[in-house]
Amino acid sequence: MEIAFYLAALVAIVATFRVITHTNAVHALLYLIISLLAVAVVFYSLGAPFAAALEVIVYAGAIMVLFVFVVMMLNLGSQTADQERRWLAPRIWVGPSIMAALLLLVLVFSFWHGGGIGTISGEELSAREVGTRMFGPYLLAVELAAMLLLAALIAASHIGRNDEPQLERDMNESVQRAPAGNDEGRQS
Amino acid sequence: MSWMSTDVLLAITIGVLKSIVILLAAVLSGAFLTVIERRLLGLWQDRHGPNRVGPFGAGQLIADMIKIFFKEDWIPPFADRKLFVLAPAIAFASLLLSFLIIPITPTWGVADLNIGLLFFFAMAGINVYAVLFGGYASANKYALIGAMRASAQTLSYEVFMGLSLMGIVAMTGSFNMRDIVNGQEGLWYIVPQFFGFLTFLIAGVAVTHRAPFDQPEAEQEIADGYHVEYSSMKFGMFFIGEYVGIVLISALLTTLFMGGWHGPLLPPIVWFLLKTSFFIMLFVLARAALPRPRYDRVMQFGWKFCLPLTLINLLVTGAVVLLTA
Repeated sequence: MEIAFYLAALVAIVATFRVITHTNAVHALLYLIISLLAVAVVFYSLGAPFAAALEVIVYAGAIMVLFVFVVMMLNLGSQTADQERRWLAPRIWVGPSIMAALLLLVLVFSFWHGGGIGTISGEELSAREVGTRMFGPYLLAVELAAMLLLAALIAASHIGRNDEPQLERDMNESVQRAPAGNDEGRQS
Repeated sequence: MSWMSTDVLLAITIGVLKSIVILLAAVLSGAFLTVIERRLLGLWQDRHGPNRVGPFGAGQLIADMIKIFFKEDWIPPFADRKLFVLAPAIAFASLLLSFLIIPITPTWGVADLNIGLLFFFAMAGINVYAVLFGGYASANKYALIGAMRASAQTLSYEVFMGLSLMGIVAMTGSFNMRDIVNGQEGLWYIVPQFFGFLTFLIAGVAVTHRAPFDQPEAEQEIADGYHVEYSSMKFGMFFIGEYVGIVLISALLTTLFMGGWHGPLLPPIVWFLLKTSFFIMLFVLARAALPRPRYDRVMQFGWKFCLPLTLINLLVTGAVVLLTA
């Protein structure tokens, strides 16, 4: 299981790197999907098949589809690719990279000395155990997440709301667009 | 090495051979369905169908395959090459991988996963990308409209496809497909989970974009939608993939609601095949008999009727399971 963990982790890092450096938005999203799938394998190798399955279903299967959907609708051309290329100039990414490298250094050192490293046992955590934990000690978190989702749902339905009924509006539009002759024909 | 004893090697070899047999059976039944469906459509719509090649038109498949293999494999110059090639592979592979979890008989089946059902949902989720990337990479208006319709429809119907099966999971207490089949020894889940069955059937038809939910590839409106630019075997992958999807959903319906291999007198494999063929016929009959509804009606039906129905079904099932436990 350890080999699977390290391989999947490597894939996840390389794919995420390509997400940032790729100039074509849809291809970058494809790499992000690969990265999420790799993270699912990481979960699986750590003995959490339920989390792995949910990672694929929720992130790769639902959220990323919406991302791709939106990027598809934006119809980005070659201009955006050029813009992305310009934004990848060294003077822009060097600063944040140094800071991120520092953070990584701190993390590696703390792992090295703190003894926080567990070994990968490959012991499987069943969905039932996850469920009893979620609705036991972590019930508050679940409830809060549910509230947040409900708020998001209400907001989305408010923004997407039409005051005019759909069918009536469609008919009005078609009447306005139709030439006069057609209109008379419909009334008779 | 001690773990490489002959027993282990033998078990591995038999397991691999079984998997290959199941894989071939799935692909071949998908391929044969292309012809069987047209013959059945002919029968039900009172016309002949393809009956010229070989006895009863059985050679039609070979003729189709020869044609599809020798066609020019054309990629439009304006297409996004990488995604264009990737899309049919995803379409085919994701559906085929789902056969992994289906227990065919007590001894036959590829993998016995504890997260069985969730694996199917994961693969169904990945399958959306095939349509999405296919439509985007083609750089064609019809393909794009088809892809948008398909992804919106699939996302909406996957929401309650998952929920419709949670009743079964609550009753069995497991995602494992073998546990689910064994839980149906006395009573098939189609009886206590009738609404779950109905909604899963509808969602299954919608997710495989079959008539009457084939708006993404409506020939009359958008000229076959997302695979309009595909030719040769790339189109073949989409095409056979759709039929593999039908076989998959039928096999799942059999396993989840109709007791899988359980049945009197006949051996398990025969029962499994009979039940699966019954659902495949149902798919074909639906295409023969039902007209295609308007696209917005399809979406409204999904969100306003099926989703509340599955939620109520889940609530009632949960209450009953709690009371009887």
